Amino acid sequence: MLRRSLQFALGRDVLGRGLGTHRGGSTLDWNGKMSEIKKKIQSVLPGGAWTQLHDTSYLPPEHSDVYSQASTVLSVGGIRQQFSVPENIQLSLFSIDFLRNINEYLAVVDDPPLDIQFNPSGYLLLASEKGAAVLESNVRVQRQEGAKVCLMSPEQLRNKFPWINPEGVALASYGMEHEGWFDPWSLLQGLRRKVQSMGVLFCQGEVTRFVSSSNHAETPSGEEVTLKRVHEVHVKIDHSLEYQPVECAIVINAAGAWSGQIAELAGVGKGPPGTLQGTKLPVEPRKRYVYLWNCPQGPGLETPFVIDASGAYFRREGLGNNYLGGCSPTEEEEPDPENLEVDHEFFQDKVWPPLAQRVPAFESLKVRSAWAGYYDYNTFDQNGVVGPHPLVVNMYFATGFSGHGLQQAPAVGRAVAEMVLHGNFQTINLSPFLFNRFHLGEKVHEHNII
Amino acid sequence: MAAPRAPLHLMAPVWNQGTRGIHGLSKAVAPEDSQRKGRSLLQFLADHFYDVQALREYLLRKQVLKVHQKNRPFTHIKERFGPHAAGAYFILKQGGAVKFQGKEWIRPNTRGRFSLDFLKFPEVPVEAVDASGSAINYHGLDNLLALKELQSLWLRHCPHVDDWCLSRLHSLANSLQELSLAGCPRISERGLACLHHLQNLRRLDISDLPAVSNPGLTQILVEEMLPNCEVLGADWTQGLRLGPEEQSRDTASPIPA
Repeated sequence: MLRRSLQFALGRDVLGRGLGTHRGGSTLDWNGKMSEIKKKIQSVLPGGAWTQLHDTSYLPPEHSDVYSQASTVLSVGGIRQQFSVPENIQLSLFSIDFLRNINEYLAVVDDPPLDIQFNPSGYLLLASEKGAAVLESNVRVQRQEGAKVCLMSPEQLRNKFPWINPEGVALASYGMEHEGWFDPWSLLQGLRRKVQSMGVLFCQGEVTRFVSSSNHAETPSGEEVTLKRVHEVHVKIDHSLEYQPVECAIVINAAGAWSGQIAELAGVGKGPPGTLQGTKLPVEPRKRYVYLWNCPQGPGLETPFVIDASGAYFRREGLGNNYLGGCSPTEEEEPDPENLEVDHEFFQDKVWPPLAQRVPAFESLKVRSAWAGYYDYNTFDQNGVVGPHPLVVNMYFATGFSGHGLQQAPAVGRAVAEMVLHGNFQTINLSPFLFNRFHLGEKVHEHNII
Repeated sequence: MAAPRAPLHLMAPVWNQGTRGIHGLSKAVAPEDSQRKGRSLLQFLADHFYDVQALREYLLRKQVLKVHQKNRPFTHIKERFGPHAAGAYFILKQGGAVKFQGKEWIRPNTRGRFSLDFLKFPEVPVEAVDASGSAINYHGLDNLLALKELQSLWLRHCPHVDDWCLSRLHSLANSLQELSLAGCPRISERGLACLHHLQNLRRLDISDLPAVSNPGLTQILVEEMLPNCEVLGADWTQGLRLGPEEQSRDTASPIPA
């Protein structure tokens, strides 16, 4: 029954017309494009949802709640334009625009408007002597792209934020507008609600197999390549041995931390190393901790999202002197991503000392709770992978953002939609983020990774 | 959920008048129970007929576009007469009032007409703006932010001014001394946090903000954030307005000195 209803739903669009008779509309806005996609193609997203956020699709059967391990809902929720790569800045600028107009993009008649609880408090990046030159050049690039960032000296920092100890800080960059943090869960629910109202079906399960067909072709230089096309995806239903084969025309891999595993299932990377066939998707899960503490004498309402030169960060949470924060561990200290257990020693050793040195009020604080989440860490250059795979022709990627996926998600979603509908990127040129760069060795290095 | 539902929901059309009646009723404010009855009929029809649903979505879009149209920029006036005149024209068009430096308040009359004398003096800066009750939103604020010598800004009861708009006010930090946000339904304490850029602010009115979750605590935090500013909230009168069952719940909030 499920099989039949899925096929029925995927075969007809909302108004009951067949696939061929919808109006051609390259003049539609992004919302219209999304609805076109749903009417035009049967697409299967591992995870069962057409959301470009970090859905987890590869869940072990004991996790019945679909999003319990997804990076989106465990995220600290910040959005900033202070990157060094211009494409990242542009992605983030569109995403903040999307969030501001979210009730126009995602309006569903008769449902209450969305409140993503955006705090427009900005980001404050602190740099020591070593990093000051890099910070300054980054700010120049950001200003060129249209971000509103200003540079501050240690004296200005002390005047503006008296609770900061500017010792060791050579330069600071402060985002005045379009930066802050918001509630990722409401964004996720808003997207789900909207796409459900447009007729998308969600199914929950674990992707276990891709059934694809191969085609041999010859390149202009005479080499033989094997092009694959995915025809079916086997989705294993929770708590049972049954699986549902889902026929699809396009597969979009937005599986977050588990994208590497999904890509392997589809045959990406099966070949001799060094060739395009043998290039794996270098995305793996990395565990990151977030701690929530209370400090009664801490910074007030004006606190931005502060990122210290040492890599430790914190932000205000609510009105009750609570703060969220953490730090990315170095390569040698990477915790085991097997589970989401929190290491409290990490806070004592690595997070608290730099924060207490930067904000003296944090010398006395009390940790209230903590949790861990995954980064979909791109081991190649810590930037996203967007676009089709050259050999598995109907698989598109939207993953690998290494901790800044949430803030780029709406823009990446639009980019993938453009890629699927038009075959190229139309608004933001994300060709530096294509899969080919792993084979060609062209790194897109981002300096400001938290 | 304090965000207003009115801008996104259509009022019940009167079906026995045919489709002509729908256009005129978008501004009507129906009483509660007939609104509920009308809306459930509408919902029923929208769920069962795709045409009705498409029509409702179209009318929803039109409402949104109307607000956008009101907030369009007047680039022609800006190029010809300068930013002060363009800002003043924009405000007067919305139904607000403008005061130039050294002159009296200019207000539109009941028909919405106003004198265009200020266009003769494009160099005179605007000192005070009263945009209370207007449909100004994030985009319309562009016209105001060009007024670099603005000292007083009143945005009382503006239904589209929200936290995002407050984050833009930092460009007026050098001159703004008085700001009133009373009664704006979309402003919350998150937007008030970005007012700390306005270091020259001396009077701030944040009373009657329904979306602020904890008005007493927010007032204290804003006062700490802006030490040179006199902050008006209405927390003690809010206590007086509470009903008997809510008063016992509210004894937990801080009692202002």
